[in-house]
Amino acid sequence: MVDNTSSNGVTRPGPLREFWYYFRENRGAVFGFWFFVGFVFCAAFAPWLSPYDPTEQFRDHILQPPAWQEGGSWTYPLGTDPLGRDMLSRLISGARYSFFVGIVVVTISASSGIIFGLLSGFAPRWLDSVIMRVMDIILAFPSLLLALVLVAILGPSLTNAMIAIAIVLQPHFVRLTRASVLAERQKDYVTSARVAGAGLRRLMFVTVLPNCLAPIIVQGALSFSTAILDAAALGFLGMGAQPPTPEWGTMLAESREFILRAWWVVTLPGLAILVTVLAINLMGDGLRDALDPKLKRS
Amino acid sequence: MLRFVLSRLLTFLPTFFGVTLISFAFIRVLPGDPIIVMAGERGMTEERYQEMVVKLGFDKPMLQQYWDYLTGILQGDLGESFVTKQPVWDEFFKLFPATVELSICAMILAIALGLPAGVIAAVNRGKFFDRALMTSALIGYSMPIFWWALLLIIVFSGNLGWTPVSGRIDLLYYFDDVTGFMLIDSVLSGQEGAFKSAARHLILPTIVLGTIPLAVIARQTRSAMLEVLGEDYIRTAKAKGLSPQRINGVHALRNALIPVVTVIGLSVGTLLAGAILTETIFSWPGIGKWMVDSIFRRDYPVVQGGLLMIAVIVMIVNLSVDMLYGVINPKIRKR
Repeated sequence: MVDNTSSNGVTRPGPLREFWYYFRENRGAVFGFWFFVGFVFCAAFAPWLSPYDPTEQFRDHILQPPAWQEGGSWTYPLGTDPLGRDMLSRLISGARYSFFVGIVVVTISASSGIIFGLLSGFAPRWLDSVIMRVMDIILAFPSLLLALVLVAILGPSLTNAMIAIAIVLQPHFVRLTRASVLAERQKDYVTSARVAGAGLRRLMFVTVLPNCLAPIIVQGALSFSTAILDAAALGFLGMGAQPPTPEWGTMLAESREFILRAWWVVTLPGLAILVTVLAINLMGDGLRDALDPKLKRS
Repeated sequence: MLRFVLSRLLTFLPTFFGVTLISFAFIRVLPGDPIIVMAGERGMTEERYQEMVVKLGFDKPMLQQYWDYLTGILQGDLGESFVTKQPVWDEFFKLFPATVELSICAMILAIALGLPAGVIAAVNRGKFFDRALMTSALIGYSMPIFWWALLLIIVFSGNLGWTPVSGRIDLLYYFDDVTGFMLIDSVLSGQEGAFKSAARHLILPTIVLGTIPLAVIARQTRSAMLEVLGEDYIRTAKAKGLSPQRINGVHALRNALIPVVTVIGLSVGTLLAGAILTETIFSWPGIGKWMVDSIFRRDYPVVQGGLLMIAVIVMIVNLSVDMLYGVINPKIRKR
């Protein structure tokens, strides 16, 4: 058991509590956090929350405006799209795809990025150089362009879009992990662990990695929002999820020709992307404030 | 200094070769045979097929193919477009000015608004202005720009009718390219109203492409300013009785600019990625739209060549920023 009691008898709060204490100070971050919880809720329970099937077409109610506008009705609270599909149901199901994209991309890019970063930080110089040059090469291409070309090779689909985005985002994790590993390796506790006989694998994953996690978590939050944006952009260009998938970017692309006739089919999916990305970025800012010890007010 | 420049060049070279390797590999890892794709639905005779294999060099060993590709690049030979049969190199440089013009305008907008916004926010830290500006910056940073473009079109082109929806200039005007920059060429042509038309076509794409760099610059300027404002020499300046304008505008901003300049330099990649979306939406005839169109047309030599050219340009700009940074800040050189 870890003894949390310091010499003057004051208990130190647990790490989660301490984190929340600092996180709470940033009101925007708290807002972002609660919005994100709502977003995850929508994603998890989409089939039960949405009033209709997102691909069901009500041919008698094509391009019906939202309920509060003339001609709208509460049967379709946010109106219908050019094929008569319920916008609200499609938006809720869209949350599912965006959340899925974010989770998968961050998991792939962060885990491979952390492993390469750790390797690079501990490896002999030549291997370090090789890994870093490869990352430089990936970073030389504008991310969306590289993702677009990768999807052109792999074929347009949501899965391939996720793979492409994960590849493009991964170098950031490698660089970040390597930088913090190099900083941590100098410290005494690592030397003492090594003297105590810790093997390389133990040193990497048990001794050093937990102390490098703070910036990686922040990067993870930012990558989550970037992944959602890029997947939507690919969908918009016709290289991501394919119709009739209710992915937000794909929905925007489908409704482009109606922009002057039916504002809701264009405005709502974009608004969903913006608010979600904004909430995650707000949360990321809060995470950075709470996790970065340099910014903590003692 | 020379050593610094050389060491940077040394890291540039392997990256350059890596980039050529990736663009070389691109056409060869594609599913399907590029020659059959090129033939399209008409198909081709066996004889013609063999001819093409020899012409594209697919019959040679891989290493020889790469060597030919590399020497070709260094002589400005990126192959020919499947569709237009024009050299990719020529097509690239014909369209490149359009992208540069748009990017420069977007960057000017971003700097002109982002720098003052960052300074004002930092000086008024924690007050209403700061909150409002930083909230807007975060919204701009989170913006899906393809949606932003559609919204602007709805409002300014659809409802208000102020700006055109697509292209670089009205069809009424026609003149030869001199510089490739529509704003300059329209003035040189001497046609009345041509410049105004070109400028109006630029407004919406500039706003769309400038939004994210604007937000990034504003955020970066604010945090750099906040760091500098806490320094001792600022207190000295205050004690000397200098006016706040002079302290903030001259003493603080100058030092805060170093990280901001880096961010500006490094956002070239962001601009080019943004140009892909912006140009597609506004039918802006630049390299972003050219790349997307080529991907859809399966015009692989164009995609391959464009990918390489864009990466090399980004790398050269980053390298220059790096070196410039070394010139401004001597501490960097020592490492």
